Amino acid sequence: MIVKSLRETMLGMWSLLVGMKVTAVNFKSTQITVHYPREVVHSLEGYRGHIELVPSDEDPYKPKCIACNNCVRICPSACISLTAIKPKKKAAEKTEAPDSADEVKTKGKKEAPAKKAKPELESFVCDYNYCCLCGLCVQSCPTGALRYSSNVYLAGFTRQEFVLDLLSRLQNQAQKKEQ
Amino acid sequence: MNLDLRLDTSGDFYARKFQPTKREDTLILNMGPQHPSTHGVLRIILEIDGEYILRAEPVLGYIHRMHEKMAEVMSYPQYLPNPARTDYLHGLAWNWAHVAAVERLMGLEVPERAEYIRVITCELNRITSHLLWWGAYLLDLGAFTPIMYAFDDRERIQDILQRITGSRLTYCYYRFGGVSNDIDDRFIEETRKQCSRMKPRFKMFKDLVTDNFILRKRVEEIGEIPADTCRKYGATGPVLRGSGVPYDVRRAEPYSVYDRFDFNIPSYDTCDAMGRYLVRMDEMQESIKIIEQALDTLPEGDYIMPKAPKKPKPPAGDVYFALEGARGKIGFHLVSDGDKSPYRLKLRAPGFSNLSLFSEVSEGVLIADAVSILGSLDLVIP
Amino acid sequence: MIEAIPTQFIIIFVGLLAVMAFVGLNAIVLVYLERKVAGFIHRRPGPYEVGPPCFPHGILQPFADGLKLVGKQLFTPRGADSILFWLAPMISIAPAIVCFIVIPFGPHLQIVNTNVGLVLILAFTGINVLALCLAGWASQNKYGLIGAARDISQGVAYEIPLLLVVLSVVFMTGTFNLFDIADGQGAWPWQWYIFYQPLAFIIFFICALAETNRNPFDLPEAESELTAGFHTEYSGMGFACFFLAEYAYMVVASCIIAILFLGGFQGPVLPGGWWFLAKVYVLLLIMIWIRWTFPRVRFDQLLNICWKWLIPLAVLNLLITLAVIAI
Repeated sequence: MIVKSLRETMLGMWSLLVGMKVTAVNFKSTQITVHYPREVVHSLEGYRGHIELVPSDEDPYKPKCIACNNCVRICPSACISLTAIKPKKKAAEKTEAPDSADEVKTKGKKEAPAKKAKPELESFVCDYNYCCLCGLCVQSCPTGALRYSSNVYLAGFTRQEFVLDLLSRLQNQAQKKEQ
Repeated sequence: MNLDLRLDTSGDFYARKFQPTKREDTLILNMGPQHPSTHGVLRIILEIDGEYILRAEPVLGYIHRMHEKMAEVMSYPQYLPNPARTDYLHGLAWNWAHVAAVERLMGLEVPERAEYIRVITCELNRITSHLLWWGAYLLDLGAFTPIMYAFDDRERIQDILQRITGSRLTYCYYRFGGVSNDIDDRFIEETRKQCSRMKPRFKMFKDLVTDNFILRKRVEEIGEIPADTCRKYGATGPVLRGSGVPYDVRRAEPYSVYDRFDFNIPSYDTCDAMGRYLVRMDEMQESIKIIEQALDTLPEGDYIMPKAPKKPKPPAGDVYFALEGARGKIGFHLVSDGDKSPYRLKLRAPGFSNLSLFSEVSEGVLIADAVSILGSLDLVIP
Repeated sequence: MIEAIPTQFIIIFVGLLAVMAFVGLNAIVLVYLERKVAGFIHRRPGPYEVGPPCFPHGILQPFADGLKLVGKQLFTPRGADSILFWLAPMISIAPAIVCFIVIPFGPHLQIVNTNVGLVLILAFTGINVLALCLAGWASQNKYGLIGAARDISQGVAYEIPLLLVVLSVVFMTGTFNLFDIADGQGAWPWQWYIFYQPLAFIIFFICALAETNRNPFDLPEAESELTAGFHTEYSGMGFACFFLAEYAYMVVASCIIAILFLGGFQGPVLPGGWWFLAKVYVLLLIMIWIRWTFPRVRFDQLLNICWKWLIPLAVLNLLITLAVIAI
């Protein structure tokens, strides 16, 4: 009995030494963290950041978006709102976000046959405060006009800073590319 | 100074409901929700005598977010991001349970490749979940270092998953009829590399922690949960397997392609915290085995069925789908009336059943042991 | 007027000031060391950002920490006994400083050379238990109360094997004078008492960990069980005093281990003071290393270790020592 408990204690003490060896080995090995301001993470491929608009092939300042409101309807958090100008109609008739799904649907149906009358995007706002990054908007887009950005270094002091105006973001990007 | 600390129970509803017993020398202690070892989401009212717990009553609902109700007011695809939020550590399993329930109700045939991808990603996610549990449990027991080592591996797996699923924690990857993104060669290569990297790491974890004398004394013969108690409360997952019942939904009612893989269901009949600990440590290795087999036999084909419904409207009826999450059996009971959103959705969260054990098991143990038991249940309070 | 003050008093006064500076400096170094070692064990850099580029590797971090603690509001919780509540940190830190007076840092570097140096240190370190008890009691917090209760039983229990192993060294040397004990050992490692008393060294080291409330025996503050134990309600300088005291007691414990078992200031080639400092810091590093490796023991296990293992072993050690001396 005494021998057994002595043996157990000795083995226990040995296991403690083994544990200390493990931490000592780790103490000596290299660091694995990324020093943020000096280094950044490069493996952002595939990362789903907030959405951004894809420029159309002809004009980098114009988005591919046809203002079909699919993304607005599918968004679980209702954080996308877009307005479009109908070129044929005299004034900028606003198709406000998700006020009534049926109304939008009928409008969409009307527009579909008149293909030349492509509505022009007036504003595209993503309220990143509410976004849950599910990616449903990107998948539901019929023209592939949305994509994920890899903008992870977002920081701000107010909520308003995260209400992202994607259209002006697109134009800024195009400007930067030109320079 | 009011020295009669015992009278200081004038707090809220739960504190008042928790009437002190006739004994005069006990202390009523409110543990949580800001207590470090309840991880911010659980509150337990304890009646203690010295350091021994006489009664314990968990108070729930600190992160109740009405996921069931949310399902009723959202269309099926809109609910896709929600399930991963109920269990933020094993999000893909919940994601899977949701899409699989809808698929079963609609009778959708998921491509084989998609099933394999689901198995691989879900098992990777299970490893991250167990790793985090491992680190957090040792944090509860007072060891600071293991969580950092766990996070080393966890972050690597999350990097792999991020490339494919787009997120690191609250995944929304599976879609009705498949997955949202195909895996590529780089994913396969990185996963293989990570699998072979994990094996020596387990050896290190064993040296540093599992064999550690102090740890063994802290978990062995602590919080014994007999299999009967588990059945009574409906506890599943590692808690049940740690009590000697090798019940695993992956084996008991195989879903997806799990019947094609060769893996063990670890179970320990010691019934104590050590049993649950070892079950989880073994499960990580079994998950790696499954992943390697799945990668070897990964079929070609579509990653999502060609005519996958974007906005499914399942026929009227109800369906129950259960699968094995990191914490136990995840159940989705879906009742549809043929509309674009479910009529009713009932979620079976394993953490709830497992937590219900606590008040029975923790009677008469030390506070330190109660922390150990609570940690060994691996709770994610839904 | 000035002649009326005895020189001894002036020496003690100046020495106390020097010791205070030493304790403060040590605390700063130890905070930095602890965080860096923890970081390296975790394979991360530890504190890195504080300070301008001329102070690399976050070397100003402890100063920033200190500044933060000094700048915090002193806060007395409702229902707390404010006199005892603020007395406790002071009681905790004051004896720690006094302990350094009798420690021989080098052959000529000792403030007071007294025949009862060892007894004085053991007596003064015992006061810390009272301080922690008062802190837990006065803060009107249930976690604090449990922490205080734990601390008393832990402190009292571990005092016994500590004294027993000290006794066996004292019987060997025949003196309580720390300078003489250190002086009695030779310069080379095989002449140190650790080779005559290895068991005593291990017991003393474990007891020192327990007495200074270091992991794996940090039960009075066990943050995963008792949030922060006895100092749950303290912030700002109140907390800083406990913190400072903890590090000061760690240094005291290391000093005594170095003197009793590792030859104190004895060592080849280098002057004594440096040897002493090196030995103390090696011991401190081991303490830090242990902290970042092991889980915490449970309370009944802690007492079992003491009563069932350490005390019998210490008595055995004492008896063997006595037998050898008698022969």
